[in-house]
This record gives sequence, C-alpha cells and structure tokens, in this order.
Amino acid sequence: MSVLVYTENWDGKFKKLSLELVSYASSLAKMVGGSVTALSIGKVEQDELSALGAYGATNVLSVDDAPGGLDNQLYTSIITAAMEMTGSKVLVLAHNNTGKAIAPRLSVRLKAGLATGVTALPESVDPLVVPKKVFSGKAFAKVKILTDSAILTLAQNSFELTETGGSASIEAFDPGVDVAGVRTSIRDVQKQEGKLLLSDAEVVISGGRGMKSTDNWGPIEELAEVLGGATACSRPVSDEGWRPHEEHTGQTGKIIAPNLYMAFGISGAIQHLAGVSSSKCIVAVNTDKDAPIFEAADYGIVGDALKVLPELVTEIKAAKAQ
Amino acid sequence: MRILVCISNVPDTTTKVKFSNDNTAFDDSGVQWIINPWDELALTRTMELKEDASNPVSNVTVVTVGPAGAEPTLRKALAIGADDAIRVDAESGDAHFVAAQLASVVNDGEYDMIFCGIESSDYNGSAVGGMLSEMLDIPSVSAVSSLRIENGEAVITRDIDGGKEEVSVPTPFVGVVQKGIAKEPRIAAMRGIMMARKKPLQVVPAIEAEPLIHYQEYVMPEPKAPCKMIEADQVKELVNLLQNEAKVL
Ligand SMILES: Cc1cc2nc3c(=O)[nH]c(=O)nc-3n(C[C@H](O)[C@H](O)[C@H](O)COP(=O)(O)OP(=O)(O)OC[C@H]3O[C@@H](n4cnc5c(N)ncnc54)[C@H](O)[C@@H]3O)c2cc1C
Repeated sequence: MSVLVYTENWDGKFKKLSLELVSYASSLAKMVGGSVTALSIGKVEQDELSALGAYGATNVLSVDDAPGGLDNQLYTSIITAAMEMTGSKVLVLAHNNTGKAIAPRLSVRLKAGLATGVTALPESVDPLVVPKKVFSGKAFAKVKILTDSAILTLAQNSFELTETGGSASIEAFDPGVDVAGVRTSIRDVQKQEGKLLLSDAEVVISGGRGMKSTDNWGPIEELAEVLGGATACSRPVSDEGWRPHEEHTGQTGKIIAPNLYMAFGISGAIQHLAGVSSSKCIVAVNTDKDAPIFEAADYGIVGDALKVLPELVTEIKAAKAQ
Repeated sequence: MRILVCISNVPDTTTKVKFSNDNTAFDDSGVQWIINPWDELALTRTMELKEDASNPVSNVTVVTVGPAGAEPTLRKALAIGADDAIRVDAESGDAHFVAAQLASVVNDGEYDMIFCGIESSDYNGSAVGGMLSEMLDIPSVSAVSSLRIENGEAVITRDIDGGKEEVSVPTPFVGVVQKGIAKEPRIAAMRGIMMARKKPLQVVPAIEAEPLIHYQEYVMPEPKAPCKMIEADQVKELVNLLQNEAKVL
C-alpha cells in the first residue's frame, strides 16, 4: 500500500517541514507495508526533488506547470489525481495553512477519514488510530479512521527527521485538470522576505505585557538574532499594536513547538499556553512568583525582565563565543 | 446578499477538561459554553459589513449543529446582531457529519457568503469549512484575515505560510476565517439581548450522514516536572543550564 505525501515548496525549495512529512510518511509506510510517493506542485529543480529520497521517498511526482497561488479546488483535483494514479490509501500533508485549506476538501472528494494536527505515528494501522491534541493542547485524543482511505495532517515539529539515504526517481506528472475552472484570483502577494518564520523557528523569544512598551523590544530582538530564532508575543501585545499580528502566539494566534521558548513578562494564561506548551524547553522570566507561566516552564527566574534580558544577551553571547 | 455564519458551541477557553466513561467521552458537567472564538470574529465582521450601507448585505443567519442545550449560544449570536438562527437538531458528530448538516442548510437557503472559523477550540479540527465547500462544490478561501465586498465579489486577505495574499472570489463561497478578520469580538448590548428573544430560531431535523472518524479515547498529557528556579542575579547559571543540561543553545 503506497503512501502519498504532499511536499509543499517555497519558491522552489523544500523546508524542514516538508522533510518532516516525508520522514513521517516513510515510517508510516513501513508500518503498513508500502512505499512513499511525494507529490510536488510548482517549479522545483531536479536535485531538490530527488533529495526527498534521502528521507524515504522512492518516487516523486512533479507537477511543474501549475498556476501560481493556491486555489483550493484545483489543488484538490491535482492531489486526487495523484492518489488515484498511485493507488495510495493514505495521504499525508502538513497541518499548516495549505494543509488546513485542502485536506478537508480532499476528505470529502476521496471519502477518506481526516485526522488533523496528528502528533505521532499511528498506534495501530488496522484500524488506523492516530494521536492528536484536542481542547487546544489540554488533552490528547486517539482518532480512529473509519474509512478505507485516510488523510493525516501532521503538526509541525512533532516528528524527527529520519535520513534513510537514497535518492528518489522523478516523474513529471500531468494531473489532467482544467485550470479554466479556477475561481479565486490572486491580486497581490506579500512575502515575508528573508525573515525566519515563527512556525519554522527552533528558538522563539517572546514578550508579554510585562515588557511595558514597544520601545523595550530591543533586547528581545537581539536575543532572537544571537540564537538564530524568531520573535513572538502574547495577544494583548499584538492587540496594542506593540508587535505585528503575525507574532501573536496562543490559542487564537500561532501554535508553535520550538526547541526553546523564552517568555518575558508573560503571565501564562491558559489561552497563551495553548499555543506554546509543546515547546521542548520553556524559560520564563516574570516578577510575579505565582504567575501560571512557571507551572508550564522548565526554567524560571522571578525578576524584572527588563533587567534580566540585557544580562542574558551578554551571557549568551559570551557562552556562544567560547 | 445573504450571509450564513456557522457557529460552534464550545466550552469556555478556561475550562478544565475532564473525561468520563473510561476516558471515551468529554465530561461537560459544569461547563460554560461560548461561541467558538473564530466564529465570533466572523460574526463580528459580518455585522460590520451589514452596517456599512455601501454593502448589499440583506440578511445574516447563524446556524449551529447541536442539541437544544446549544440554543443559548445561538441567542447570543442573535443578540450580537444576526437576523435569524437555525439549529440542526443533532448531537454533533465528527466534522464530516457536521459539514453534511450545514450543506443541507445551505442548499435550503441560498446564501452568498458562508463563514466558518479556522478551527473549533474543542476538537481543533480545522475541517468543517473546507468539507462544507467541497460538498457544495463552491470555492473556499482559508486563513482569511480581512474581507471586504467589491462589485459583488469578496476581496480577501489570507495568510499563506510565509506571507499574505490578496485574493478575490465570486459568490457563493466559503470563507474560513481566523484572527484579524475583526479586531475585537463584539459584545451583545442590553438592547440586542432584548431583541434576540423575539428573533426567529428555527429547529430543523438532522439528515443522514456518515461519520468518517471516531474519537476513541482521550488521554491527559503527562504532568510536567516542576520548574527549576534560578535567582535573578544568577543569569549566568541559567545560561549554563540551558547549554549543558537542556542542551538547547
Ligand atoms: C477566547 C480567548 C482567546 C485568547 N487567546 C489568546 C492567545 O492566543 N494568546 C495569548 O497570549 N492570549 C490569549 N488570550 C488572552 C489571555 O487570556 C491573557 O489575557 C493574555 O495571554 C495575557 O497576556 P500577557 O501575559 O502578556 O499579559 P498579562 O496577563 O498582563 O501579564 C503580564 C505579566 O507580566 C508580568 N510582569 C509585569 N512586569 C514585569 C517585568 N518588569 N518583568 C517581568 N514580568 C513582568 C506580570 O507579573 C504578569 O504575569 C485569550 C483570551 C480569550 C478570552
């Protein structure tokens, strides 16, 4: 039984996220006894495509003349054609904006049960049962797929990359879909050029209302830069306009799972923790020793973030320099 | 133009979740119910669109799939400003079941714009809006963070992973909305609450629809080890622990 994985590209490049998906699909394929085909839509160089083989894809289907911009109906048709052509019973996508947009449509089109935000490999394959978070991270659920075919969207940063070696064979794929049916038209695209995306960052430095003012963000940005990370904030901070909305993390903002999350002047409200509690290591600095953030944190300092931050920048720079 | 806003009735976001029947069911005893936060933002934006006389919005309907216990949440949506409400009488099932009920409501009602939230804060499925659009065979735009009406079309900002796009889409379509679509959720005023009592709330029977997945069991996350506290004047020690114990630097 073959597993199809949709590997999204960004300006012709795959990101760690795409490789996580292939790694996951490859472990899953071993469990169900099959091989992995990756589907790529848009212009991607051959080398980049065949590199997916190193993570376990045996085949790559490449649709390189797709129109720009995501049209959910068109993508649904392309992926459906690839599922049919490969006879795949399981489809893996990312639980990002693209995956969330097309996986539900595919679920209806393919009559395949959909489990979203999956956090690990299945605990059984017949029937297929996968874990996911529910109630915004307050609990996990085991989701049983009731249909023959299944669609899984994988939560970002929840699966380790596994290099198996090898390179994939590449096949140009004509999905035979009609682009005349495309009804969404793209008027303008604004890319966050050259900036590490919050969802991709391994280190996230975040500030809350305890940072007092937008003028105090200098050391947060500096720390993020020193550690090669991204900056984030709590909701009131973006509501106040101290920081851009893209940085708002939590239940109603971005849900992230970096290796290191540092929270300065963030109380740790349950809605904030919903977005960050999967981080591997959480550091909190807060003047209030009873702030709930300390219940979620691994390391904590009771103190003034405005004083601790500059010292931390100095100490981390010193440690890095060694 | 007629707008349908799909409302999910969810536990208040501060709810401490509990499960019953050997961890196979959500225990809703003592739970406070609210409009799903993203649905509330969608409704807020819809009211803004309707109130701006330059937009041809004639009617706003809210719909939920759920038991009679979900009606106070629908009344709240009416108090915020929706004109009428529909409750599909069912214990809501998986996303596929819910989307099939909503599709049946849309087929009976002729709506130009249909809004769903990007996820519901209980099962975090991010599935109903997309499924609904596919069942209706109409376009969908996801991760919508702003929306206006221009020449009978919707002009939408949507988040893509790594940026934003402005797209336009003809009606009918399903908009799957997220943060940004409205600044703050609107709170019902006293007058709205009084008026909501008299607004129509129609109860319709559920149609037959298959679930595609089943929530088999719930598991609470492992309790976390207590936080290691470091004195405020020992920043160097924190760096040392991050580097050598947690190995995250
Ligand atoms: C439906 C709903 C959804 C929500 N979604 C989100 C969400 O997605 N994300 C989110 O973040 N919030 C969300 N919230 C809001 C959430 O409930 C909290 O209000 C918010 O997270 C608090 O932000 P904060 O910690 O920055 O501010 P505060 O709660 O004001 O906390 C500030 C903290 O800073 C500390 N402090 C003050 N001065 C200093 C100093 N000098 N040094 C160090 N510490 C200091 C204080 O002790 C305090 O703990 C949501 C709320 C609702 C109702």
